[in-house]
Amino acid sequence: MDGLAHGGRLKKIWSRPEIVPAILLLIAFYAGAKQSPFFLDARYLFDATSLYVETGLVALGMTLIIISGNIDLSVGSSVALVGCVVAKLMASGVPVPVACLAGLALGSLLGLANGLLVARLRLPSFLVTLSTMALYRGVAQVLLDTSSVPLPESFVGVDKFHVAKTPIPAPLLVLLVTALIVGLVLHRTVFGRWVFALGTNESASVYSGVPTARVKVLIFTITGLLAGFGGLFIDSRLAYARFDLANGMELDAITAVVLGGASIAGGQGTIGGTVIALFLVATVKTGMGLANVKAEYQLAVIGTLLILSVIVTNVIKSRSSRRA
Amino acid sequence: MKRLLQIREAGTFALLVVVVLAAYLKDHRFLEPASINNILLWVPLLLVVGMGQMMVIVTRGIDVSVGSMLGFAGIVVGMLFKSHPDLNIYLGLAIGCGVGLALGLINGGLIALAKVPPIIATLGTLSAYRGFVFIVSKGDQVDGNYLPDGLTDWSMTGPLHLGGVTVPWLLVYAAVVALAVGAFLKYTVTGRNVFALGSNPDAAALRGIPVKRVLMIVYGVTGALSGIAGVLYASRYGFVNPGSVGQGFELTVIAAVVIGGTNVFGGSGSVLGVVLGSLLLACVSVALAVLGIAATWQLLVYGFVILLALILDGSLQRWMASRTEAA
Amino acid sequence: MIEARQIRVAFAGVEVLKGVDIVLHAGEVHAIVGENGAGKSTLGKVCAGVHRPSAGSLSIGGEAVSFSNPREAMNRGIALIHQEPLTFPDLSVTENIFVGRLPVSGPLRKVNWVEAYRRAQEILTSIGVALDPRSKVRGLPIADQQMVELAAALSQDAKVLILDETTAALTPKEVEDLFVIVRRLRDAGCAIAFVSHRLDEVFDISNRITILRDGEKVGERMTKETDRKEIVKLMVGREVESVGFPPGREPGEPLLELSRLSRKGEFEDINLVIRAGEIVALAGLVGAGRTEIARAVFGVTQADSGSITLDGQPYQAKNPRDAIARGLALVPEDRQHDGLLLPITIEGNASMVVLKQLAKSGWVNRTKERESSEKELAKMRIAMRSVTQQVRELSGGNQQKVVLAKWLLSQPKVLILDEPTRGIDIGAKVEVHRLMRELADAGMGILMISSDLPEVLAMSDRILVMKRGRITGEFAHDAATAELVMGAATG
Repeated sequence: MDGLAHGGRLKKIWSRPEIVPAILLLIAFYAGAKQSPFFLDARYLFDATSLYVETGLVALGMTLIIISGNIDLSVGSSVALVGCVVAKLMASGVPVPVACLAGLALGSLLGLANGLLVARLRLPSFLVTLSTMALYRGVAQVLLDTSSVPLPESFVGVDKFHVAKTPIPAPLLVLLVTALIVGLVLHRTVFGRWVFALGTNESASVYSGVPTARVKVLIFTITGLLAGFGGLFIDSRLAYARFDLANGMELDAITAVVLGGASIAGGQGTIGGTVIALFLVATVKTGMGLANVKAEYQLAVIGTLLILSVIVTNVIKSRSSRRA
Repeated sequence: MKRLLQIREAGTFALLVVVVLAAYLKDHRFLEPASINNILLWVPLLLVVGMGQMMVIVTRGIDVSVGSMLGFAGIVVGMLFKSHPDLNIYLGLAIGCGVGLALGLINGGLIALAKVPPIIATLGTLSAYRGFVFIVSKGDQVDGNYLPDGLTDWSMTGPLHLGGVTVPWLLVYAAVVALAVGAFLKYTVTGRNVFALGSNPDAAALRGIPVKRVLMIVYGVTGALSGIAGVLYASRYGFVNPGSVGQGFELTVIAAVVIGGTNVFGGSGSVLGVVLGSLLLACVSVALAVLGIAATWQLLVYGFVILLALILDGSLQRWMASRTEAA
Repeated sequence: MIEARQIRVAFAGVEVLKGVDIVLHAGEVHAIVGENGAGKSTLGKVCAGVHRPSAGSLSIGGEAVSFSNPREAMNRGIALIHQEPLTFPDLSVTENIFVGRLPVSGPLRKVNWVEAYRRAQEILTSIGVALDPRSKVRGLPIADQQMVELAAALSQDAKVLILDETTAALTPKEVEDLFVIVRRLRDAGCAIAFVSHRLDEVFDISNRITILRDGEKVGERMTKETDRKEIVKLMVGREVESVGFPPGREPGEPLLELSRLSRKGEFEDINLVIRAGEIVALAGLVGAGRTEIARAVFGVTQADSGSITLDGQPYQAKNPRDAIARGLALVPEDRQHDGLLLPITIEGNASMVVLKQLAKSGWVNRTKERESSEKELAKMRIAMRSVTQQVRELSGGNQQKVVLAKWLLSQPKVLILDEPTRGIDIGAKVEVHRLMRELADAGMGILMISSDLPEVLAMSDRILVMKRGRITGEFAHDAATAELVMGAATG
């Protein structure tokens, strides 16, 4: 009896969605360590994560969006627009805290616009966010043209701070804390349940009294807010802002979410899975970076990874449904 | 419904007239031969790729990898011209077409056979194919002196000269492609199946339409057309740079296609609409340049145009639904 | 022409057809009648290749056949005309007729539009339909779309036509027009199956009637040699097997009152009162507008005119959330589409509606959730391993009990049940009935929409009958008979 229960628990762990990216992460880590001694340097590794904090923040929001059965292609552009506006504000003498708040407000507003278009006008999210992806970055481009705006020294270098006496950089801590909060919201609150319900069966959700439109608007707004944070971090890390910041970030974020076990059809996914898969994407990219693989090749690898992970989830799903 | 499409086409035409007039009134240089030539060079690439994108959107899909397919075919053919200086230009065009077809069929396979949603599949291949561009080219540009003169002539000369205006061969070839796609959509059973599939996918499967084959053809043809456009790109710009060839082109194309009356919810679209949409976007781009508004506005304009078409189609859809309900 | 022998069909373990024979003869309209759930549509769909029988055989002209999809049936000349026509709204009438098979000519296999339009016109003329072959199908009335589907079938030389509840959404005039065509096709030698529960139409059009009840064939009559009374008797047949839970107490105060409620194209001038402790049945045929009333009351749609009073207060729901807040619950007709989150746990489904009450400032109290849902689910006697099982693993009856538990947790004042026992086995059915009566006795007001006549007669304190969007009859429990109710629904 005891053994059975134990077997059951083991089986449960194995069927968790996080297991696949976790194993892949270990493999990637092992491969990286064999290739470069840097991989065994904890400080280097931790510092490397700073590069992916913006992507990570955005991926947390993307997890909610994909679970709800939608998608947001505009996240990279939102990060860029916030980054540019904040830099411009600071350059024109606006106090740092005010500029930061404005940036966060702007990010939320950009997300809100996406949400309203999707929920109120009932337009497909991939088309809405495809157009705002161009629109938001277009605004950033009009604002800055091809110039890059430097940020004030007092604002630069958040990634150089470390949590006292540990090698953990501040951005990583922020990411993990945010992940914890978003995770609790998704997996422990009424709102989180509604997100899953919406992605599982929108009609049944409406009949059960779920305020579907409000939930949609809210998840896009949250993602916008997280993109706002992303914009601040990227500014602080790079010390300058350009309109082409965070180019292609949507791809990394979507890949992390899908690799983390979320179903692109909605209704399934976990924040834990996204975080693990995010570190997987980060490890792969860091490894490729150490091996001097060019950025464009890395893009190809991530794109392929995205497609493969969707296919694998499809196969697993069709198998399990055939069994049922 | 036919009327509706005609209304949309007429709307695009009206918008075109407004843009042309406004630009001309603001600055008479807009209708000088130099600008018109510029517009005529803008249209071909948009038109050729737009034909494929239109079919994809009619089937309720989307292909955001067209720019990368264009880039890959462009760089491959460019490198071939570099290594084989006496390669026949038309053979080069055919190779570009074949390379694009192969990439398009990969997209089709992912979507039709592996059931990956079109936006995810082509978002993935958008990056993957762009990576291929760098892998084959090792990041090196194919300079103009390696491209055959015959190829670059396509954009300089043409069958028709009026005053200072030249109708370039590029436009002629693009027109041939548009007519061919138009004939395919109107006069072949497969072409009609494209519309049936987009109009009601469930009924299409039940009524015996080979859905998978139609999707493979649509995405394959879109790849092939993007490949052709890659060679036209080499002719128009006179060089092929792996970083810039076709980069971001998908947005321009989608904007041209949806502003040209292709219903973003699938089921309807027309060659004429894409022609008008391409012309409109070309005029806007050239107008921006002539009016001294830098190219920096382009992305914003594309985003705005797509959003506008979306909201318009969405409202039309709801209006029609409410009308059918009342009837 | 086509012969089906000993056809058996089971969905999710429930047998819907239990060995039925039917023969469709050329030049004859063969009506298949029966109550909802009797299996008549399923029988039609087996002949047309939509469903595969688990046992039994099909033969055409003596040759055994089997179809794995509707296309194969079509290739053998068998076509199904649906209640909701399968058309392509963006395409023309002609293309809808020839979809995938447009006439081609020349070495390039170019579509010959002249020929296509000519042939479409020819077919439309031959059945006497005045439709422009070039007009788009979008916006055509349903009746015309059905004609297009019929024309498509004829263009493929269909010899057997199965009309599955085709008249359900048509006006009387449109039904007349359809029948003219059906008679013409019959005289031209087609075999026609007419699946319906509208007896007046059945007597108008058919030569032969097969009566099904609970998946079994209970009779076959020549239309000329029988009458309405006999058919109704055969359809209703057995004395109600669910024992019935008759009114237990005197009804109390009015809880829900609809007054002159209308919604264009759905229902008109509906007056209805439900009192505390009362089960009111809304009987009638599919498509009579009953589900639409439920949806409007529950805030899924909005009524155009009229008013609703709930518990003495004026009531208007903008959405289901409002309705739930005011103490309404709706168990929808389509359980899987509107009622359940199939891949989610039983517990997660049960707590859906009351999640907010189980939460403290937005945080779900999982202990409380587990306790309250387990308590409610226990009352339902659901066959399950644990509340963490996925709902999709349950049988239809147990799934329905989960839906009920979900709504009862919200302790509604008025419970609307739309086809509460459709597609569930007899044991679960009796339990659902017992529960309904218990709830009513505890003071709840219940509106039961049901096409299951024995259920309506056995369960309700009062019966309202609807036909084509209007209430056409009201009967007290003791005064109601199957014949009276059927009469008001079909007459």
